[in-house]
Parts: sequence; structure tokens; C-alpha cells
Amino acid sequence: MKHVDWTAMTVFLLFFVLVTVMGFLASRWRRADDAAHLHEWGLGGRSFGTWITWFLLGGDLYTAYTFVAVPAAIYAGGAAGFFAVPYTIIAYPLVFLFLPRLWSVSRVHGYVTPADFVRGRYGSRGLSVAVALTGILATMPYIALQLVGIQAVLDVLGVGGSGNWFVQDLPLFIAFGVLAAYTYSSGLRAPALIAFVKDALIYIVIAVAVIYIPMRLGGYGHIFDAAQHKFATPGPNGKPSGSLVVGPTGQWAYATLAFGSALALFMYPHSVTGVLASKSRNTVRRNMAIMPAYSLMLGLLALLGFMAIAAGVSKGAKGYNSQLAVPQLFADMFPSWFTGVAFAAIGIGALVPAAIMSIAAANLFTRNVYKEFLKPDATPAEETKVAKIASLLVKVGALVFVLVMDKQAAINMQLLGGLWILQTAVALVAGLFTRWFHRWALLAGWAVGMAYGTWRAWGIASPATKHFGGSSAEIPGIGETGYIGLTAFVLNLAVAAVLTLVLRALKAPEGADETSRADYSAEAGDEAVERAPQPAAAH
Amino acid sequence: MPSPSPQVPASGAPPVASAARVLAGLCLLVPIVVMMWVPSYSKVTPKLGGMPFFYWYQLLWVLLSALFTGTAYLLIRRDEAARRAAAPSAAAPSAPAADAPAAPVVPAPKDGGQA
Repeated sequence: MKHVDWTAMTVFLLFFVLVTVMGFLASRWRRADDAAHLHEWGLGGRSFGTWITWFLLGGDLYTAYTFVAVPAAIYAGGAAGFFAVPYTIIAYPLVFLFLPRLWSVSRVHGYVTPADFVRGRYGSRGLSVAVALTGILATMPYIALQLVGIQAVLDVLGVGGSGNWFVQDLPLFIAFGVLAAYTYSSGLRAPALIAFVKDALIYIVIAVAVIYIPMRLGGYGHIFDAAQHKFATPGPNGKPSGSLVVGPTGQWAYATLAFGSALALFMYPHSVTGVLASKSRNTVRRNMAIMPAYSLMLGLLALLGFMAIAAGVSKGAKGYNSQLAVPQLFADMFPSWFTGVAFAAIGIGALVPAAIMSIAAANLFTRNVYKEFLKPDATPAEETKVAKIASLLVKVGALVFVLVMDKQAAINMQLLGGLWILQTAVALVAGLFTRWFHRWALLAGWAVGMAYGTWRAWGIASPATKHFGGSSAEIPGIGETGYIGLTAFVLNLAVAAVLTLVLRALKAPEGADETSRADYSAEAGDEAVERAPQPAAAH
Repeated sequence: MPSPSPQVPASGAPPVASAARVLAGLCLLVPIVVMMWVPSYSKVTPKLGGMPFFYWYQLLWVLLSALFTGTAYLLIRRDEAARRAAAPSAAAPSAPAADAPAAPVVPAPKDGGQA
């Protein structure tokens, strides 16, 4: 398979050059005069309106890895992989309840990260740094997985995969070097601008794919029949390899995975960054109503997994890497030039979230570790400088991760990352509504949730890996199989509630709350927002 | 029940659980409940254009959830505008209507001439 498709390659490279130029020019786009402030580099000046936010969040949440992994899961196992669709259906109504409050309080107090809010709300450095480190830890493997997405595309294009390790990974180095350079110079404006190209490409490719490919394969009826046939054939363990619907034993896992992932989605630092960059509370709300356009696209894209089965992309190879199923499907079905467009969509789809994630992780490090513990009197200009350098280090870390550890480790770590980040939800979401929980109880709940979740996930083996081989296990007390992250979250909540009662009885110090009730409903244009401190002066 | 009693001061603003808020909450709850009820849709038939029920039903709910969330947004926006009107002290003198997306409201405060 190692011949290079030059037409596809040329189209792919043209788009890559285009977004690179855009990435560097982005620093001049909507430029403000206080460029030294972290909220300029790290939040695009908090100025994005409805449409930019929509493209930015879409580019941010629906990543290249999603495009590769969701259909890959469907290709390998059928219905269970489709949980990504109810997950994104549930996510927006769920976060509609609390994200506007997070936007308001962050705007009034100049918070740049979720950990900033926790610090201000609970007056607890310990809880704040726990939230910050969890965020960084969960984001790193996520960035690494974007590289896996690019690798899948390059592999099918016929680049890399052979020769020594340096030649093999050279395209990846170049892609990431360029990404790092324009993120450094332009900050959040770069991915915001590139997201337009990425999302336009993705929508075109999916629209063409879900019409054109079934026409070539004999219609959806035939596609699902082929899938049914494949799943009914027993695998090596004698059981059917998949199913077209979720069986009775898989339904709890399906629902809890969808719900837990939906709650976790906006705990990720990069999602919060996208939300805080918007210019008003109603911009956030409006986006919750229009984001499902991306979910529809994701659902259609998931069906490509079935099309890959019907098209026989594995060509009978044993142990076929299902991550390659969709890129291979494009290469087999589309004319070369359009394959190039489709691959550009996936490739750029990796760059946008990787940029936002590294910015979010850099913001966390700068605000909640560097300024909090290392240099409390850092000036705004110093903060921005540190964040820029941190964004480079985060990317290098992700690159090393993919090169040194195997791909499976990145996937395992990302599963764990989702489970971990969900454990910050109690402090964050509850904190937006009530100060009832005690800060130490929240910290204890977080620790218990992290430990329990990691321990349960450690014990799961899969054909591909001995530990961390999945994200579902039996829920104690219920007996059904469910998402470990959600079980850990419930445990976390219970520990926090019980300890809060105990600590209150003991009259443990509550910590200062610098927010007031009205802050949570402030809207752009309000006096409180007009007088809001610059982020650097927040505390 | 938004029956404003004008003589009551600040705390007399619309109740915490106004009809609009409750309705918006229900709008947000519906898609979540429908999707969590997996047994109701985990079946192959009726098919639509060859696609099993399981798949087209969930894709359909992507669209319906957008409608429900959009309705919740409109309800909340009206409710918030009513609250702001009822409690003028909380809003800026120039408080733009919640639906003025293009207004450049964020940058530095104007030169204070219009207090």
C-alpha cells in the first residue's frame, strides 16, 4: 500500500499551507490594544460573537480523533460505538443550565480558567490546584490523540510508516512545529480563524460522503445488511463481534457513558476556554441551541463505520487497525482530489483542537500554578509570556507521548482523562449554584473519585491491552455494567456531601468567597461587567 | 406566575421559579430523559430507507433536541429581560436588550460622560 497518491497529497498540502498562513495572520485579526494581557492571547480578548464561537467550539469539541475513532468503534463493534450521538444530544441541554453562570462569574471577576473560579469561590488553593492539574493531565493525552488522527491520514496517504523512526515521523514533526509556531504568536485567534476552514471542509466532506458513498455501495439497506452479516460472524472468542442494536446487557453502559461523557465535556479546560472567549452570556446560550448541527454531522459520520464494512476496506487483512477504516474508505471511494480534501479536513481537524487544548493547558499552568505558587506578583505581560512558553512545552510533551509510548497508551490515557476530568464537576458545577459544600470535603471527594476510577479502570483488560482496556465496569450495588467515570462521580459527590456535614459540625474554616450572588447572572453591558478587573488584577 | 406587584422593592422581582423558567427546564429535561431511556429505541424495526430504527431515531433526536434547547433559550431570554426591567438597579443604565449581538460591549469603559 506504500505508493503515494500525489494528487491527494498535493491537495492536502495546499490546504495545510493555507491554514498555516491564516494561523500567522490571525494575530492581526480583531486585535486589541492591550495585547500583553493573558485574556488577549489566551481568550481572544473575550470578544467572540455567536458565529465565531460556534465555529470555535465546533472545531474544538469535534476533533480529528473523534472523526477517526467514532466510526472506528462502529466499524469494530456496531451500536455500542454510537453512544457518541446521545452523548452530544444530552450535552447541550445539560450544560445550558450552568455554563451561562460560569461565563458571568468569570467575566465579572476576570477568571481565565475553571480553576480560577474554584479559587475565587472557595478561597482554596488546594482545591484550585487539584482542578488545574486534573485539567492539564486530562488534556495532554487528548492532544496526543490528535496526532494519532493525523498519523492515520498520513498512513493511508502512503507517507510515513516505513524507514527509520525519524523519516517516519518527520511529517508529524513538521505539522506540529508549524502549529506550535502560530499558536505561540497568535494565541486563541489562530484556531478561531482556522476553525472556519476546518468546519467548512468537514461539512462538505460529510455531506458528500453520506450521499455519494451509499450510492456506490448499493444503498443504506445493503450497507446495514453487510454490517449485520459481519457482526453475526463469531470472532476468535466464539461470540458475535458486534451488534446493530444495543443488547439488554449493554444498555446501562450505553446510557451512563452518554451521560457521564456529556457532563465531562464542558469540564475539559479547552471547552471552558471556548466558552469564556465568547462576548456575552446569551452568546453562550445561543450556541447551546445551534451546536447540535455538529452532532448531526457526527452522527452521519459515525455511519461511515458501517459503510467501511460494506466497502470491505480491510481487504481481508487479519488484525486490521480499525482506526484506518474511514481514511481508507475515503481513499477507496473518492476520486484522488476529493480524497485530498477529505484528508485535509481530518488533518486540520486535528490542528484546531490541539491548538486550543494547548492554550487551555497553558492558561491553567500560568494562572493556577505559576502565578499562584511560583510568582504571585507576575505582571500581565509576564503571564502571557509564561503561557506562550507553556503552550510549546505542552505540545512537545504530547509529541513525546505519541513517539515514546505506543498508540494504545494514548487511547487508554484519553479514556482515563475523561474519567478524571469528570471528578472536577462536583466542585465546579455545584459551586456555580451553592456554597453549601465545604472546600475540604470537595477535595476529599475529588481524591476518592480519582482513586476509585483509576483503580477500576486499571483492572479492565481488553484484547489490545492488559490494563485500562475499557471504561465500563459493574456498578457496585446495582449489578449492571456502567461507565466507571460516572460511578466515581457519584461516589465523589457522596463523599463531599457527608464530609461537608461533618466539617460543618466541627466548624472547620469555610474559606472566603469573593463572588456575590449577582455575579452569576451578570450579562455583557451590565455595570458589574463594565467595571470588571482585567484578568491579571483579579487577585 | 409573573404577576408583578410594582410597590414591592428589589426582592419583589419575579419569583425564582417563574413559569418561563419551569417550562425552559422541562424543555432541557426532555431530550436527556428520552436519550437515557435506551430500551425504548434499541431495536431494528421500523427501518427508514434501510436504516435500522436505532440509528434514525437518534439522528432525529439531534434535531429535536436543538429545537427544545432553542425554545429554552427564547424562554429564558424573555424571562431575563423581564427580570432586568423589574430590577433596574442590577443593570447598567444603557443595558442593551439581551438580543443585541452586534453591540461592542466588552472593551474599556467609555469616558464616563454618560453616567
